[in-house]
Amino acid sequence: MAVTVRIIRALGLAMLLTVTAFAVPVGAVELGDAKAGEQLFRVCKSCHRVGEGAENAVGPHLNRIFGRVAGSVEGFRYSEGLVRAGADGLVWDADNLDIYLENPKNLVSKTRMNFAGMPDPADRSHVLAYLRAFSDKPSNIPEAAPTATATDHDLDPAILAIVGDPDYGEYLSGECLTCHQKSGANEGIPSITGWPKADFVVAMHAYKKELRPHPVMRMIAGRLSDEEIAGLAAYFEGLD
Amino acid sequence: MSLSRRSILKGAAAGAVLTAAPMVMGANHGKPKVVVVGGGAGGATVARYLAKDSKGALDVTLVEPTRTYYTCFFSNLYLGGFRTLDSIAHSYGKLASEYGINVVHDWAVGVDRDKKTVALAGGGSVPYDRLVLSPGIDFVEGSVPGWDISAQNKMPHAYKAGSQTELLKAQVDSMREGGVFVMVAPPNPYRCPPGPYERVSMVAHVLKAKNPKAKILIFDPKDKFSKQGLFQEGWEARYPGMVDWLDASFTGPLQEARPDSMEVVVGGEVTKADVVNVIPAQKAGRIAELAGVTDEKGWAPVVPATMQSRMDENIHVLGDATNQGDMPKSGFAANSQAKVAANAIRGALTGSKVFPAKFSNTCWSLIDTDNGVKVGAAYEATPEKIAKTSGFISQTGEDAALRKQTFEESLGWYSGITTDMFG
Repeated sequence: MAVTVRIIRALGLAMLLTVTAFAVPVGAVELGDAKAGEQLFRVCKSCHRVGEGAENAVGPHLNRIFGRVAGSVEGFRYSEGLVRAGADGLVWDADNLDIYLENPKNLVSKTRMNFAGMPDPADRSHVLAYLRAFSDKPSNIPEAAPTATATDHDLDPAILAIVGDPDYGEYLSGECLTCHQKSGANEGIPSITGWPKADFVVAMHAYKKELRPHPVMRMIAGRLSDEEIAGLAAYFEGLD
Repeated sequence: MSLSRRSILKGAAAGAVLTAAPMVMGANHGKPKVVVVGGGAGGATVARYLAKDSKGALDVTLVEPTRTYYTCFFSNLYLGGFRTLDSIAHSYGKLASEYGINVVHDWAVGVDRDKKTVALAGGGSVPYDRLVLSPGIDFVEGSVPGWDISAQNKMPHAYKAGSQTELLKAQVDSMREGGVFVMVAPPNPYRCPPGPYERVSMVAHVLKAKNPKAKILIFDPKDKFSKQGLFQEGWEARYPGMVDWLDASFTGPLQEARPDSMEVVVGGEVTKADVVNVIPAQKAGRIAELAGVTDEKGWAPVVPATMQSRMDENIHVLGDATNQGDMPKSGFAANSQAKVAANAIRGALTGSKVFPAKFSNTCWSLIDTDNGVKVGAAYEATPEKIAKTSGFISQTGEDAALRKQTFEESLGWYSGITTDMFG
């Protein structure tokens, strides 16, 4: 059954490629509307960066995602599931990226990618078109100009510049570790270990300002000072 | 005649026996000694944090009679068939092997506050510089007339997880068709405020599948209960016509439980039941009373910033046993208090920096498959009590996806807190 679904999906994408191929210059292939994909990619930006100079954040950077072996970006700590998938030969292409975007856990069990999924095939094709603009594989897709930077927040740079005390962060982490696991295990409650400091600080301040919805995190972040958040960020960034 | 290796060892062993009477455990090697009594959410956590954070500077002994600890939290999910009993069972092995905690499986039967020793049922005595009592709850004798622990196999309480939980599940699973399940709910304060009502939900879940004509009656001395709106909405939607919550203002008071005839007498009316779950009134675990740190209501008053007993600065009390203010008696709360106490104790005994106390709590409850709800709050230490500063609760009418996410979150929390307790 699962195989059948995958074949149908692959056929669907192949048809899409065939149809859209007529509309673009010879030698290039588009999956959807990259402009629309850029808009849709906003939901991905809280975790992923793409574009010139893009670095790993909560998730790995997505430059040259097409043709990349799963779990292979240097310096990013993947879930065991994704590493295993790469070792098993998973290479990101339009087909399996489409399935992954629809629901990450459908393709890679125990992935840490906590994303509910993008149910609309058209939306996924737009996002893939956008991402493909940042891939040099296949080689007929040129690198696009840089567009993505981590500017999806309005946090005071002075807050981001606070150097946190990891020892104080370790003490404060006791409150986090009733729910989050130090090992980075990710079952029902997301992992917070190994986050880049800036992402951690931005996320906690988003809870503090009640921009992010989760009530427990609003409560916890709501009474932490800027220095305490910086301390926690420093501590959790340093965990393997 | 030359001494053989075996005879030397035998002689050494005999000498050890002689010099060990009376036995004093936990040779201190000059280190400050902390003894923790009770290996639940408060005790296991404080022992682990003391050992972990002091990096060997403290001699930590944990006294806990059971070798396998079954968490009360999630025991209702076992009743509902959502968890196995094995999945809520935990050993103390890592606390001993990875953290160097001296785990003593024995009952603490007395505390000599002048000599600063804890007496054990096995005859030993453990010295301490600081003592942490985290004994959980005991039942108030006579609070349910006609019922005592000699009747608990007929009318289980199942409010300390393990064999009682297995028994109650077996009774629910084998109820006669169309039978009656009665819960005698406890008065305030008691362990896990939403616990009885999550239990009702889990029993209803089982009965809906196996025995849909069965009824559940809750005789409750309280006129309201935790997450009431959420539970009642859930019962009406998921188990229509099965659950009746009857508070004392409607029925009159509970007068008697009759385990031999499986009856309860409430407001002069006799109700015959097939399963009766009696959850009596509660007080601090017995050792707190024996240590002389409980008040007239049976709970142990504490200094909020350190969790020290108000009656003895060398004793800290955690979790359900405490009279501390606004925090509920929950595993999460005990775990939270344990970290504050560990920080204070380490500071007092080793001179390490003491950080400000922060407390928090969240309680998840499962109503039906993939239908979880939660309530929680943050607290601060004031001179008078642990005071609530903010809180939240799930809303009635939430969509199925959010309820599913809440349940999945509770699974993550279970993994998190048990790792935090046992390593």
